This record gives sequence, structure tokens and C-alpha cells, in this order.
Amino acid sequence: MLSIPCPWCGPRDETEYSYGGEAHIVRPEDPQALSDREWADYLFMRANTKGAHRERWVHSHGCRRWFNVERNTATNEIIAVYKMGESPPGDGTGGDGAP
Amino acid sequence: MTQRQRLAKGGRIDRTRLLSFTFDGRSYKGYAGDTLASALMANGVSVLGRSFKYHRPRGLFGAGAEEPNAIVQLEEGPDTIPNLRATQVELYDGLMASSVNAWPGLDWDIGEINSLFSRVLPAGFYYKTFMWPASFWMKYEEVIRRAAGLGRCPEHPDPDTYDKMHAHCDVLVVGGGPAGLMAALTAGKAGARVILADEQTEFGGALLDRRNAIDGKPAADWVAAAVAELEAMEDVRLLPRTHAAGYYEHNFLTLLERKTDHLHPVARRRTPGPRQRLWKVRAAQVVLATGAIERPLVFADNDRPGVMLASAAQTYVNRYGVKPGSRAVVFTNNDSAYAAAMDLHDGGVDIAAVVDLRENPGGALVTEARGKGITVLDGRAVVATEGRKRVQAVDVAPLSADGRVAEGAHRRFECDLVLVSGGWNPAVHLFSHAGGKLSFEPDRAQFLPGTTPLPCRAAGSASGDIQLAQCLANGQKAGEVAAAANGFRRRGRLPGIPQCDDVAEGPMRHVWQVPGRKPAAQLKQFVDLQHDVTAADVHLAAREGYESVEHLKRYTTLGMGTDQGKTANINGLAIMAETLGRDIPGVGTTTFRPPYTPVTLGAMAGRDVGALADPVRRTPMHHWHETAGALFEDVGQWKRPWYYPKQGESMQDAVDRECLATRNAIGVLDATTLGKIDIQGPDAAELLNRVYTNAWSKLAVGRCRYGLMLGEDGMVMDDGVTTCLGENHYLMTTTTGNAARVMGWLEEWLQTEWPDLKVYLNSVSEYWATIAIAGPFARELLAELTDDIDVANEAFPFMSLRSGTVAGIPARVFRISFTGEVSFEINVPSTYGLAMWNAVMMAGEKYGITPFGTETMHVLRAEKGYIIVGQDTDGTITPGDLGMDWIVSKKKPDFIGKRSLSRQDTARSDRKQLVGLLTENPSEVLPEGGQIVAIVKDSPPMDMIGHVTSSYYSANLGRSIALALVKGGHDRLGKSVYVPLEGRTVKAKVSKTVFFDPEGERLNG
Repeated sequence: MLSIPCPWCGPRDETEYSYGGEAHIVRPEDPQALSDREWADYLFMRANTKGAHRERWVHSHGCRRWFNVERNTATNEIIAVYKMGESPPGDGTGGDGAP
Repeated sequence: MTQRQRLAKGGRIDRTRLLSFTFDGRSYKGYAGDTLASALMANGVSVLGRSFKYHRPRGLFGAGAEEPNAIVQLEEGPDTIPNLRATQVELYDGLMASSVNAWPGLDWDIGEINSLFSRVLPAGFYYKTFMWPASFWMKYEEVIRRAAGLGRCPEHPDPDTYDKMHAHCDVLVVGGGPAGLMAALTAGKAGARVILADEQTEFGGALLDRRNAIDGKPAADWVAAAVAELEAMEDVRLLPRTHAAGYYEHNFLTLLERKTDHLHPVARRRTPGPRQRLWKVRAAQVVLATGAIERPLVFADNDRPGVMLASAAQTYVNRYGVKPGSRAVVFTNNDSAYAAAMDLHDGGVDIAAVVDLRENPGGALVTEARGKGITVLDGRAVVATEGRKRVQAVDVAPLSADGRVAEGAHRRFECDLVLVSGGWNPAVHLFSHAGGKLSFEPDRAQFLPGTTPLPCRAAGSASGDIQLAQCLANGQKAGEVAAAANGFRRRGRLPGIPQCDDVAEGPMRHVWQVPGRKPAAQLKQFVDLQHDVTAADVHLAAREGYESVEHLKRYTTLGMGTDQGKTANINGLAIMAETLGRDIPGVGTTTFRPPYTPVTLGAMAGRDVGALADPVRRTPMHHWHETAGALFEDVGQWKRPWYYPKQGESMQDAVDRECLATRNAIGVLDATTLGKIDIQGPDAAELLNRVYTNAWSKLAVGRCRYGLMLGEDGMVMDDGVTTCLGENHYLMTTTTGNAARVMGWLEEWLQTEWPDLKVYLNSVSEYWATIAIAGPFARELLAELTDDIDVANEAFPFMSLRSGTVAGIPARVFRISFTGEVSFEINVPSTYGLAMWNAVMMAGEKYGITPFGTETMHVLRAEKGYIIVGQDTDGTITPGDLGMDWIVSKKKPDFIGKRSLSRQDTARSDRKQLVGLLTENPSEVLPEGGQIVAIVKDSPPMDMIGHVTSSYYSANLGRSIALALVKGGHDRLGKSVYVPLEGRTVKAKVSKTVFFDPEGERLNG
């Protein structure tokens, strides 16, 4: 049971949240201009990172706000939490310099 | 029966409280403070169960959570609990227990014949024997389940209550032995909020089992003082009878507190409060003082009743005042068993010999034992044991230097007890649960807590310390560090560590598989007692390529029992490592998973059972429906009237009547449960444009529009009618079951992708009660109820909204239809719902107004070919598949899902498409879910081209109708398809989806 610090409410149990998958996947400006492959990339393909991973969560049973979390998928360490629209802190490697 | 094995004095039992209990129907006596195991031992009961595969007689092997053999069924009827360890069941007066896995009985057991055929039951025998043909498995299974099963599930509802507690603390200490008590004391004194949990009845851990002295007094005195000091601390919570079951991410632990398990069921029911409480603890810091479990030795026929862990025997003598036997042989590779030998010796057990695998063991305990006149046979091994229901003798032979051969003259010792000790395994289970990495210490062959991502530290023997003084010091340190990490620093000097006399121990000698008098393949050298896994099984697994430790586990079932291999795993690993010529860390260790010991389902469910299992949502008119005799259907959490049978009516009778009444006069439906989302803001129309497939910019105030919502993959996700209530103000309706999902979907887009849109959403589903009236008299009825709404067709056109007063109540009236009839949905604030319903029913009586439920609603909409998302769609269906291209805007440059509609796959012509089906026999109603084929064969498999999604008997049409998803269905109009069913095949013709009033003339009345 993760303890996730909601930027608005503070640390709460994982059961209060829903997971929203990989963060910073921007919806294409003009989907019609994309090839099937490019559209499928946007729609289906995700990085499945082991290590520092930026992802979206929503405090479904709390303030209902979406936000971003940088989490180490191997250890579940929460590296950073930042609001929608904010730039992720750090270099996305969890601070250990690994690629 | 008398307690013939009970010592005259000693032990932590209360000899003034004599308790009666039964085991397998026979009556025995024990004392308060006994476990079921110690009481049975006191009564001289040796055989407590049968082994899983070979059904060999088995007796007590351990004294706590590690027990693999003495698995019992406690109580009967609703109170029964299967698979409890007798060593952890506290004795109470009137306790009733029975053995498991001993059909037909403990004394005469048909399964023991398996022993004679054991060569056909090697590791992996399930996989080898029962793979093919599948039909054989059914026959085998019947026999095997009966012979091999463990306990029986209770068949009655659980009469007890359970609850849950969420807690936070600065320091959670698991284990109340010397290290845990020191840690809790130190952290508590520093001012930290501490929870101390221990699985036993009383705190003290191993100190309860041994004869240590602390500060010159019995260790029990120190324990009592420590507990008293902890009890006096305001911020310390003591949880005895509480085991930590699981350790999860971010220092979240589950603890199971057994509050009244130690009481007779009748007394338990008279005790207020729950039977068990599941604690969910978020701890800033965790100290694991979980102790260590003694490791057995693997030798020939090491499973006979009377063979037990040396530490267990020590526990029975010291803590329970019971003699585990009369004459013991001690078999060891380390010094700790000598302490056990001396305690038993002092308790009056004749120690025939200590057989030590080591040459010239020189530890202080060895010297002390020799001084008591105990015979020590060094460099020797137990190579065989004799006895059927109880060990009667062992053979001892000298061991070769490499430990692989026991040659030379055998010497036989008569005995009824064999104490084994192969060293100690720190209880690292919890540490490992949440991702802690283990490190290997080769001298004592221990996996120790290594690194962990969590703020957690092990203390005491869980961290590998063997000596009491070390445990106390380590516990103090752990408590201090854990408290300091939370900012609690001790005031003044650290108190001294209590004094105790530790002795230096000599090195161990590891002989993982003690040789016998025959080749290993012909011996039963048990590694896992509960699952009957032998050293030969481990060899076989290695030979057959199951080298990975995870494969070893699954192939041989090593460590898969209710004890999860607490005594078996390290020996199994070591034998595998030896077989493969690797070192132990090279083989690795299996992942420990929660729970440490089993948690009852009752505790996990807690209060969330029965009516509290899931919230129930009822409409304001619910009571009226009940009074009218409605049967209800669950839609999401809502209770919706399904149909309203009159006296003597079948479901079909009632639905036929409701359908006919609605089409011929007037019907009324409680449509309150539809999801309603209030949408406001200058960009509200833009939001609708982006999430619906059709155009919304030009929807005038007071007008309604039907919308289809797609996922980004182009698949239909929801549908509903949205109304423009005013400038920048809309009311969206969703399907009942999808309301929360749609709300979340819109919020997600607004917050994550379109934060620039000024739109605000509010769920208002419960704020409004919705009463839908439909049928030829609907307009007349509404006219009667309102003075300020002009209900004329032209004044109040289809797909529009009027606000006004209906039956004296302020209302929004929507002229929309899900039946194809003239229809009005009257929305009033929820508190007026019942009043409005009553007014409608009273005024409608003269028209024969008929309440109808969801079933009639489904039939009526199917007659019109209106889809139900989630019934006629399944997440793989596009608007085109539904024949609803008309609602997909060609002009809008983009909307959610648009791009996907032109993907190669979504543009295929042979996709499953929604069609109508008319059976050849009009009275035949197809089963929903029925598979559709174009070509019938004599027997399956046949090429399936689709399935029936909706199917009803339509009283209005006098025949059955169905909707179906069929591959290339739109091109099959008029063609025949078949639905093969059990014993018959139904022929049907593909039709359009609108069966009734295809021109839609009735909508305007």
C-alpha cells in the first residue's frame, strides 16, 4: 500500500487514488495528420520503465485532482510529486545519474 | 487420561486451573497457559497428524509458527477453523480439535499404503501422471483430494465479528522478545509513539522458553518489569496475541490481533468486541525483532514422531513443564542444542547421547554438558531411526571427513525422542516482503537482512545475533536509531544494558544431507515435512532441469504448505546448491510473500459483510416500488425496479402486460438513476464538441441532443442526452452504471490535457428524481398536471426542455424518449420525487397508468433498436459497427476517438456489426450470449461469426426479437444464420435493428 503525497491534501493511502499511466504523453495537435503507426504509438505504446518513472495519479476519493508522480517502479520510492502543467523536477533519473 | 508427561513443577502454566478438552473425540486435561500442543504432549499423545503425500504418522516437530506437522481443525459447525498449528492454539476449557489429513483415522490410515508405493510418487508426480488424458484427472482427483486435503472449510456463516483498525506510529516493533522489548523501551523513553506487537500470549519471546538470567535474576522478572514500564508509557501501545502478517510498500504493515480466539466460542460470544482485529499500520520506522527459527537436520527417516527441534523440546520443558519424552538422543551441528540437552536433563529426561557432526566441539556449553555427565559422541551422525508411531531407536555411525559417508561400526541407542538442531534461520520473512534484500553469512549459513528501500532495521536474532547480550544491545540501538529518525532523542545518558552471562559458541559444521546406510534415492530424508519433500526429490528436480529455486519450489512443492517451509527452505536450497555444485547464494532464495502465518478471511472482510459489503443506492421512490411488489435489479450500486408482477403473474406475464400498457395507454418508469452531470462555463460547448462524436455548438437553449462518447481508441464508451439549460450551462445524462466513469473521464481531459478550457463539472445524479411517462396518453396526463407548460406538439417539440410547475412542484420536463412513444421525463428535486410519483400515479389512474421496470424498458427500446452501451457494445464496437455513422460528424476537425475510426482495423468491412435477428420460429427466444454461425456442422468447433447481445419476447410484435453483433452483419441482411444450442440449433434471419414503428411516427403521438 503506497503512501502518496497529494499536492493538495498531503500523504494518503494508495486506495484513495487511481492510476493514470505514464505522464507527459501529449495528445497530438492534429491527430488526422498522423500515420496509423504514429497514432498507435500515441494510443498504445508506453515505456514500461524499470526505475524512475513519471506517471499520473488522481486523488479519486479525495480532492479529485490529477497530478504527476515520479516513482521508482522497482522500489516504489516516490522521488517527486508535482502538479499538472508543472515541469518535472530533476532530470527524470531519480537523482542517481543513471540513464 | 492423566497428564503423565507433565513435570511436577515448573513452567508458565497455571496448575490451579485445570482445563478439559478433546482431540479426535478423546478427552484430555491440561492447564491454563498450555497450548493445544503442550497439553497433548502432557497427555502422551505422540501422533497428531499424517503427512501430506505418504500419510506417514507425524508428531510435534516445533513449538510455534514453524510447526509443519501438528495441523488441526478447531471446533465444529460455524465455529470451525481449519489448518491451525496446534503449537499456536491456546488451550481453553471445552476446546474441541481434530487432526486433518488422516482419513479415515490417525491410528489406521489408508493413505499409508502410499508409503509402500512411494517410488511411483516422486517429485512432480502430479505433472507427470495427470497430464493426459484430461478425463483421467477427474477420476484421480476424486481420490487424491480426499486423501491429500488438509482441513475442511466451514460451511456456515461466521457467527463472530471482526474489525479493522488503521493506525500510525513513529516506531513499530514487531516481536516482543529481548531485542523487541529493549527497542520499544528505548524508543518509548525517547518519547516516540510506539506499537509493540507480538504473536504470543505474553511478551518475552525466547526468554519464555529458556533459562536465561538477566541482571542476576530469572529473565522472566526482567520481562515483567519491562512490560510494566512499557504499559506505563502513554504513547506506547502493546499488542500481544498479534502477529505481523505482511510488510508492504512505504512501511505499511498488517497485523492480526486475536482478541478472543483463546476463549471458548460461547464465552467469546459473551465478550464484547470483535474476535479478531486487522491492524493496518503506517509506521515511520519499523524494528523487526522477529527472532530466529531453528533449522532441522536432514537425515534418514527424520520424520518419526518423537523427532523434534531441540529448541522446541526446550520450550516444552521450560515453558510448559512437559517432558517431550523419557530418553533422548540429541543430534546437532552447533552448540545451542547442548543448552536444550541440559534443560531436558535437568527436567528428568535421560539424555542417551549428544551426537555431534563436528569433531572435537569445544564450546563452553559442550564442556558444561560433559560436566553434567552427558555423553558426547563427536564426528558422528544419526544414520537411521526406527519405530512406527514413535521413534524407538537410532543408529549412530562415524562420519567421513567430507561428510558424505557414515562408515564404521553403527551403535544403536534406544530412545523415544530425537532432538535435532542444524543451526538457526533468522526470521527474515517480513524484511523480505517489502523488497528488502538478503545477504548470506556462510559460517552460520544464514540469510540476514541486508539492504532495504524502507526505514526499517532488524534487531536481535532476526539480524543474526545469537547471544542474549548482543540481542539486548542491538535492540536498544535499533530503538534509539528509530526514535531519533523521528526526531526523538534521548535525554541524558543511555541506560546500561542489562547484564547476562553469555558463553562463547564454537563453529558449526554444515552437513546438509546426512548420509544413511543406503543410497539417498532409497532413503526418506525429509526436507519439507508438511509436503513430504525429500532430499531425493530435490536431486530429481535438479536432474530434470528444475534448477531455479522458483522451479524447485513449484516442481517439488517444497515450502508450499501452510507453514511455507519455515523449517524446510534453507535445507532445500543448500541441498540444491550442493547437487549443482554451487554455493547457496548462487542458488538464491525464494521470495517470501505475505502472510507470515495465515490470516482468516473473516478478518480481511472485517465489517464489510452482508448489507455492509457494498453501498446500496435507492431512489426516493424505492419504498413505493417495494409496496407495489416490484422485484429489483442491481445496476451499479443502484436498486432499480425490474418488473412489477401482479398476483399469479410470471415474469413474462408481467413484462408483456407492462409493454402492452405502455404502447397502448401509458407507462411510468423511475429513471432517477441515470447519471447527471451539470456542466457550466464559457467553454462548455467546446468540451461537448470534443468528447461527443456529433456537433454541439449550435444547440439552442432549451434543446436536447443525443450524443455518443468514444474512447480515444474509437470504441463506444457511453451515450446519453445532453440539454442546453442556458447560456454556457448544460446537463449531461449518462448511463446508470457509467456515471462515475464518465465524470472521471471528462475531469481527466479537463485537468490533464485541456486546462485552458473554462468548464466546471458537478455530479448531480442524486439531486434530481426522474419520472418518465411514455405512451399515447402521456401528453394528456402531463397537460393535466401543469398549468404553465404548453404541452402541444409544436409548442413543446421532441428533444426539448421546459421548466415549470408540475403537480405544484417546480420541475424540469424533458421531452425525450427511450421507448419510441410520446414521452416526458419529469425531473424534480429528489425530496419531491415520491410526491411527484404519487401525483402522476393518481392522475394517471384513469388512463390505466402502469409502472414498468428495467426489463420492460429493455424490451421497448429493443423494439426500436435503441442500443444499451455495455450490453449491445463491449468496448470493441465503433459507431459504424452500430450503424450509427449518422451521429459521427464529418465536419468537426477532431473529437476524442476520431482518428481511430480511420485506423486500418476499425475500417475493416468484416467487423462485428449490430443487426437484428428474427428467429424462424417466432416464439423461440434466443439466449443472450448465444454464439452465431453461418454454417452448421454436426459438432463443434464451428466458425463463430458473432453473438446475441439482446433478446426478448415482444408482446407488441407477437414474436421474439433479438439484437446481435455479427461479422459483416450489415451485408447479411435477409440472410440466414444459426445459433447452435444444447441439443438443437435455432435458425434466424438477419434483419434491420428497428422492429417497431420504423418511421418513428409514434414519437409525436
